[in-house]
Amino acid sequence: MMMEISGTRRFINSFMLALSGIATVLVVSVLFFILGYLLIHGASSLNWDFFTKLPKPSGETGGGMANAIVGSGKVLLLATLIGVPIGFLAGVFLAEYSGKSFAFLIRYVVDLLNGVPSIVIGIVAYAIVVRPMKHFSTLAGGTALGIMMIPIAVRTTEEFLRAVPNNLREGAMALGATKATTIFTVVIPAAISGLTSGMMLNLARVAGETAPLLFTALGNQYWSQGWLAPIATLPVMIYNYAIAPEDDLHQQAWAAGFVLLTLVLLINVTARLIIARGPASQRR
Amino acid sequence: MATPQQQQSTLKDPVTEANVKPDTAKADSNLKLTARNINFFYGQFQALHGISLDIPTNKVTAFIGPSGCGKSTFLRTMNRMNETLRNTRVEGDLKLDGENLFSMDVTDVRRRVGMVFQKSNPFPKTIFDNVAYGLRVNGISKKSVVAEAVEKSLQHAALWTEVKDKLQKPASALSGGQQQRLCIARALAVEPEVLLLDEPCSALDPIATLKIEELLFQIKDITTIVIVTHNMQQAARLADFTGFFLMGKLIEINDTKKIFQNPGKKETEDYVTGRFG
Repeated sequence: MMMEISGTRRFINSFMLALSGIATVLVVSVLFFILGYLLIHGASSLNWDFFTKLPKPSGETGGGMANAIVGSGKVLLLATLIGVPIGFLAGVFLAEYSGKSFAFLIRYVVDLLNGVPSIVIGIVAYAIVVRPMKHFSTLAGGTALGIMMIPIAVRTTEEFLRAVPNNLREGAMALGATKATTIFTVVIPAAISGLTSGMMLNLARVAGETAPLLFTALGNQYWSQGWLAPIATLPVMIYNYAIAPEDDLHQQAWAAGFVLLTLVLLINVTARLIIARGPASQRR
Repeated sequence: MATPQQQQSTLKDPVTEANVKPDTAKADSNLKLTARNINFFYGQFQALHGISLDIPTNKVTAFIGPSGCGKSTFLRTMNRMNETLRNTRVEGDLKLDGENLFSMDVTDVRRRVGMVFQKSNPFPKTIFDNVAYGLRVNGISKKSVVAEAVEKSLQHAALWTEVKDKLQKPASALSGGQQQRLCIARALAVEPEVLLLDEPCSALDPIATLKIEELLFQIKDITTIVIVTHNMQQAARLADFTGFFLMGKLIEINDTKKIFQNPGKKETEDYVTGRFG
């Protein structure tokens, strides 16, 4: 029994196909558009000085963002040192030790924490670090971003550990290994590539956070005086320069945006390469 | 965690009527493991009903029976592997060399009673590190000792000649049959007194199966073997004694020949002649 497909249906079909095709092209081109746009506007400021020099005092042109690049690195390092161990160990507990209903509760709370707006996390860091110490600091900025890293760290750890087949755990325990030994010598190594890349994606996610840094790390025109002193970071620098009146500073903000985005993309690509080559994917 | 219960009477002969004692099991020193009235529960479901049997030293004992009959559950009771599952409970009396297995240190039990699983489960490590794992977690780390034990275990598992030049390669590079022999070598490295095998050949082709059967035949001099199998020919080829499980009960255990040629119970006869199961 042949059914005649009407012209209208044909038309709707090809129309929708074209529409979704265009949407796909748009999705892909957004990234390249942003990259290109940043590059075009920031290219004039993107020179060796940008990476090696300090910002010039207002009114003068030139200078760079060496302090902010190093600053972002320091804040992110601190954030990783705070967020990853806490999130990782909680994830281990969640995946390997907790009972079903308790795990559900923790997971729920972690998801809520993940949904807390970053500005609120910034206020918390302000309250627990900046206020008692009476000044803005690298430590405060790192704490804020570290707290932001916890929920994803917990969930990635849990997910990748759960993906490790149970017969590996049984195999280790059947040889007389304790549960803790099994987890640290068999389960975690089996998941290590996933865990590493998960943490890197987590880092990339907070690398561009600005709001929580505004009143924790604050910003700095010069090299930071140490972990307990205010420090310049790329996102805050972009924010400050973008709202400044000088055109030269706008250019530098574009350049900083390009550098930041490139760094984040690099971390992303590296993380995906690690996961693609990991032992976990070899096993299946 | 399940805890040992019911230190109940283990008098001279509490063997149930279903259980004919193997002939060699007369002298107690010949018995590696003795089980009396083992009940096992997954939550409310009782998977084992009063299992009583003896595992003679340096012999091969096979458990046969249809799927879900409790033979694997019983096997996993003997190295307390079931304790890793939530909401389970064991009752009864299980002795290893006359010592209450349920009150021993659990890691000690598992070192003395090794296990090989249905699906080979090499760790994502090198071949060498796989075999060395059990030694290392039990505190043996001296390089020469470990290396010697690894070689010896691989030889016992009939794998040495195939892997001796690639000990540092990942275990995942081995074939299925080799991986299972690696798992046997890994279990043998800690010199267990008993080796439990849970359908070790069910995922292997006949040639790989034959290799494993040959090696099991070789190693029964150094360890007591208990094997769960779906393959009745395998039980007949390998085992000195065979136990038949059905619906959580031990129907009969006896000399393998007797079980296959002249079983004492109707159910056993029906099963071994292929009338069901």
